[in-house]
Amino acid sequence: MIKKSPKILLNIIAVAILVGIFFFLQQNKTKYGYTISILERSIIYAVVAVAMNLTNGFTGLFSLGQAGFMAIGAYTVGIFTIPLAAREGVYYINGVSDVIGKIELPFIPALLLGGFFAALVAGLIGVPVLRLKSDYLAIATLGFSEIIRAVIASPQMDLITNGSYGLKKIPRFSSIFIPFILSAICILLMVLLIKSSYGRAFKAIREDETAAEAMGISLFKHKEISFIISSFFTGIAGGLLASYMGSIDSGTFRITLTYDILLIVVLGGMGSVTGSILASFLVTAGREWLRFFDQPLMIGDWQVPLFRTGFRMVIFSILLMMVVLFYSKGIMGDKEFSWDSFLGFFKRLFSRKQKVNGGVSDGK
Amino acid sequence: MSLATILQHCLTGISLGGAYALIAIGYTMVYGILRLINFAHGDIFMIAGYLMIFTMADFPWYIAIPVVLIGTVVIGVVIERVAYKPLRSAPRMSIMISAIGVSYLLQNLATYLFTALPRGYPEVPFLKKIFQFGSLSASFVTFLTPVLTILLVILLLFMINNTKIGMAMRAVSKDYETAEIMGIKINSVVSFTFAIGSLLAAVGSILYFTDRMSVNPFSGALPGLKCFVAAVLGGIGSIPGAVVGGFILGLGETFLVAMGYSTFSDAFTFVLLIIMLLVRPTGLFGEKATEKV
Repeated sequence: MIKKSPKILLNIIAVAILVGIFFFLQQNKTKYGYTISILERSIIYAVVAVAMNLTNGFTGLFSLGQAGFMAIGAYTVGIFTIPLAAREGVYYINGVSDVIGKIELPFIPALLLGGFFAALVAGLIGVPVLRLKSDYLAIATLGFSEIIRAVIASPQMDLITNGSYGLKKIPRFSSIFIPFILSAICILLMVLLIKSSYGRAFKAIREDETAAEAMGISLFKHKEISFIISSFFTGIAGGLLASYMGSIDSGTFRITLTYDILLIVVLGGMGSVTGSILASFLVTAGREWLRFFDQPLMIGDWQVPLFRTGFRMVIFSILLMMVVLFYSKGIMGDKEFSWDSFLGFFKRLFSRKQKVNGGVSDGK
Repeated sequence: MSLATILQHCLTGISLGGAYALIAIGYTMVYGILRLINFAHGDIFMIAGYLMIFTMADFPWYIAIPVVLIGTVVIGVVIERVAYKPLRSAPRMSIMISAIGVSYLLQNLATYLFTALPRGYPEVPFLKKIFQFGSLSASFVTFLTPVLTILLVILLLFMINNTKIGMAMRAVSKDYETAEIMGIKINSVVSFTFAIGSLLAAVGSILYFTDRMSVNPFSGALPGLKCFVAAVLGGIGSIPGAVVGGFILGLGETFLVAMGYSTFSDAFTFVLLIIMLLVRPTGLFGEKATEKV
């Protein structure tokens, strides 16, 4: 057990190292553009994963509507932040509606607005849907996500969302700090929520609904709160994603996006915030690391037969299946990262090594 | 819309509904026994489509079709053994996530093996023959689908109600643990259920893709979800319900497309689902059970 003050010191050192790395990356932007882009995508996915964990891992609501809420956030940010001068060019096919054609918002208000829209839709959807349980809830939220996507892509929305053509020329992040600071704030707020009395009520609902209700927790109210707040942050993450990608269309927000996030949550461990964050970096970076599987590999004159486009994703899905089947608790289970367990892990690793070296076991 | 066009759309809708019904049965049977939404079912249906393309390249249809049916059954059973059986005693969420994982794997595998570009579906000559009834015209497959669907359902119901394995399936779906105590081999019953589900999905795939003419790695995902909705509409666990649900979806979708709302045809399915879950959660033919919703 480490005393409290060294722990704070360790936290400060860790943050300082991270900030240092970011400064370094920011300074050498052209050289490390690829790394920066991976890191940005990771942290955005981390926000969605933590938000998904809030409903799925902490409240026990199996919701699969993430892609839809991200779409709402992303489109709100896209619609309101594309510079007025560029609007004509983006909406060149159908024209732009008069109302939104004249409004341009700075990034942060647009982002918040996106979150609020997502939360609003979630609140409306939640009233009927949250009465359903487990797989029915999953299918209903999945359905809603698909409906949101269909509405966005429909020709009736052409003047607002540009229909199936999507939005382009969304202003990009000017520095790596913007997505990281915004995401850190989002995650911090969710952690505070989880640690509050609401968070404890969520966990009670997850463990046993009947018992929770008997203890005086209003099931519907708390489920709705969890769902709305999760959707709010999912919407924000969607907005960040829009700014990260620069151009979006309704195809970005297919069900596979939800599945990606779900796999991150599962890999990190249902009910672990740090697990979700860790897993989102691992998965996003892993996808890039495994990219060499997509290139043909030559050993001497002999070409290894399996290596070609798409092999990476196969390996990736097999890895994920392995995790689901043999390691179903994920990296962190439902525990959180702490310096104690982190150091304990190395201690155990070290003592095991010693045992192997010494060849003596104390029978434990 | 004139009467002839309406009839023409009805015909298309019923045909589409028949294919949906065949897939929906697979969902409803697996859900009835394992309480699992088999997310990979739609992708098994897609793989069946690819199998057909490759066997038809070398063999005539009367060899290719049995090969496709058997191949799909093998794939379905293997998936159950590898991905679902180890999780029998795990929480329901884990097994559902495993199903999503399998679906993801099959889609990626198909993209890798066959590329993401759509491939032309081979034509089985007798299925494509055009028939003319007055002002109505449709290919043979359009007429065959509903007839074959009904026929297969009758056979299936007969099997479930009158044979020993059917009885075992009913027992397992009523009470999993008691059935096991009574000496029913759960694993073989589950495998058999997956085999039948995959077989029907393969038949459905042949009928569905013959009309659509191309397959891509993601062409199973949305039909799969829709067919699950069809199964819920009819009442999950009920085979006639799944068939009725399939036909309702097929007809509804065809008419929406005919009226020019094709972007909403997918959303329609889910709107129907949500209305149904709120008004009558057990579905049209579902048994009363309080634990579901």
